[in-house]
Amino acid sequence: MTYAVRSATVRFGPAVALDDVTVEVPGGSVVAVVGGDGAGKSTLLRALAGEVSLDAGTVEAPPRERLGYLPASSGSWAALTVTQNIDFVAGIYGLAGDELAARCAELLDRAALTPAAGRLAAQLSGGMRRKLGFVMAIVHRPALLILDEPTTGIDPVSRIDLWRLVSEAAASGAAVLMSTTYLDEAERAGHLVVLDRGRVLVQGPYDRVRADFAGVVTRASQPVRAEWAWRRGRILHEYWPGADPPAGATAVEPDLEDIVIALSLARRNAVSS
Amino acid sequence: MIVKEFRELVRDRRTLAMLIVMPLLLLVIFGYAANFYVSSVKTAVVGPQASQVVALLPSFFDVTVTEPAGTQADARTLLRDNTVDVAFVTGKTPVPALVDGSNLFAAQSAVAALNKAGDRVTTQVLYNPGLKTSWVMVPAIIGLILTFIGTIITSIGMVRERESGTLEQLAVMPIRPSRVILGKIAPYFLVAALDMIIVTVLGILLFAVPFNGNPLAFALGAAIFLFVVLGLGVFISTISQTVGQAIQTAFFFLLPQILLSGMIFPLEAMAAGVRWIGYLLPLTYFTMISQGIMLRGAPIAALWLPFVVLTAMAVVVFTGATLRFRRDLAPGRPARQAHGPAAATEPAAAGGKANTVGTS
Repeated sequence: MTYAVRSATVRFGPAVALDDVTVEVPGGSVVAVVGGDGAGKSTLLRALAGEVSLDAGTVEAPPRERLGYLPASSGSWAALTVTQNIDFVAGIYGLAGDELAARCAELLDRAALTPAAGRLAAQLSGGMRRKLGFVMAIVHRPALLILDEPTTGIDPVSRIDLWRLVSEAAASGAAVLMSTTYLDEAERAGHLVVLDRGRVLVQGPYDRVRADFAGVVTRASQPVRAEWAWRRGRILHEYWPGADPPAGATAVEPDLEDIVIALSLARRNAVSS
Repeated sequence: MIVKEFRELVRDRRTLAMLIVMPLLLLVIFGYAANFYVSSVKTAVVGPQASQVVALLPSFFDVTVTEPAGTQADARTLLRDNTVDVAFVTGKTPVPALVDGSNLFAAQSAVAALNKAGDRVTTQVLYNPGLKTSWVMVPAIIGLILTFIGTIITSIGMVRERESGTLEQLAVMPIRPSRVILGKIAPYFLVAALDMIIVTVLGILLFAVPFNGNPLAFALGAAIFLFVVLGLGVFISTISQTVGQAIQTAFFFLLPQILLSGMIFPLEAMAAGVRWIGYLLPLTYFTMISQGIMLRGAPIAALWLPFVVLTAMAVVVFTGATLRFRRDLAPGRPARQAHGPAAATEPAAAGGKANTVGTS
């Protein structure tokens, strides 16, 4: 089953948060949405979750009973214990009795939260709380799992744990749409979507995105055109959309960060000109 | 630092309103409303010499009912139903003057005026013979406590859900908005009801406040009033993003209720320009009900006006607030529900293109 938003436009007053965006999320795959602040990542996720009304376009999503959602916030009730949080959400999805107990024990174990089962959510670390939110989002085995920056602000070990849980959810057949600010995470996803100011800059499997990237990225200590350059560590990278760098410039193999920045600059420079 | 603080202050409109509006509000209230002196009391004169007595009464006694055929029982009924504050029963010498002690300030003024009449009048204060402040305050404080729980505590509880982001999570779950609202409100309703019982019982035990009326009528009035104040709490939560904002806003609703509902300053002593505000406040009508039932033993029929006004307020405020809350909770829900599983929320936009690798 493939879920999608098609030709979606969302406006908040005069601001266009999504502009003619089409994104498909096939079952059993992880689609990562990347982009800077204000790119429209959360709006895209919330549109698919039904939390934001579209001004134009369509949403193809499962019924709420088969949807799992982890918002950008903590995603759990601070004054409830880990188990009480899971029980509450599971109850809304109709899980009860032995089925709930078994599912709860399984998820707590997989998320390494069993020792914290009786602790208040407010007393958990940031990473543990995100894992609890994730567990609450998948407790009912959703067909579509929407995760809004699940790994932002948590430590590397918890990030690995969460990615394992995300991969397991996809392996069990769920369609996973997640936003992230970490490009290395986006590379791990089967499919990535790069948003910039409400528009899709590029999307597809990582290898295809790299293969289809046109132009040349060079490196130098001083840029030829400052509006096409960006800093990578101690040096600067510069994008040449027409693949026409000056003689003697050193070309580099662009990674995803280069591609995202280069395409963003190409769009912004095209708009400003 | 000073410039930064001013910039922040200018953008924080609620705090700005508190700084500017509150002093003006307090000035107006204390200037026009803070008056314990009642200039006239509604008066009934019954009995065979009613007309003669009316002619002799000073202007302080504003005669609104004259019944030559009326009896002492009729006079008591007029007082119980809060039709008048004082009733003279003519036909005897000295003339008995019955005073409604549940309307404390009017009663105090009336007793002072009657005392000047000397032996010509015998004064009997009903419903609060000792003219005790606590007897009048306890029924009003019950309403104040319900207001506090209904507006401040409820709005905090609901805004906390929004602030922590869990409201967003509830919005995408298969749970009806009406159940979310019911689940959020029911505990506060029950806690407020329990508080009301405790305060009423304590008021009776500690201050010997009488409970002369029908407890069921009292419970009905309290339940209707609770819907009004819970509705206010829900409404406040829909216009507040943080707990701090909710408290600030609730304070705006709470302060006028304390000062202008007749709980502290008598409504009839307020200037007309301020008094009308009091008649817009739900606590004004609950106080009429609670004092009427507890002190005067008034039946529902005698309190139909506050019951009707409170019911109308409950319908308007509670319905409006929950609809606002529902709109916030499920902005995209109706379309999804209408189309069911895996369905489009809207027709495909003409000319919409699929974004594929390499397009921007």
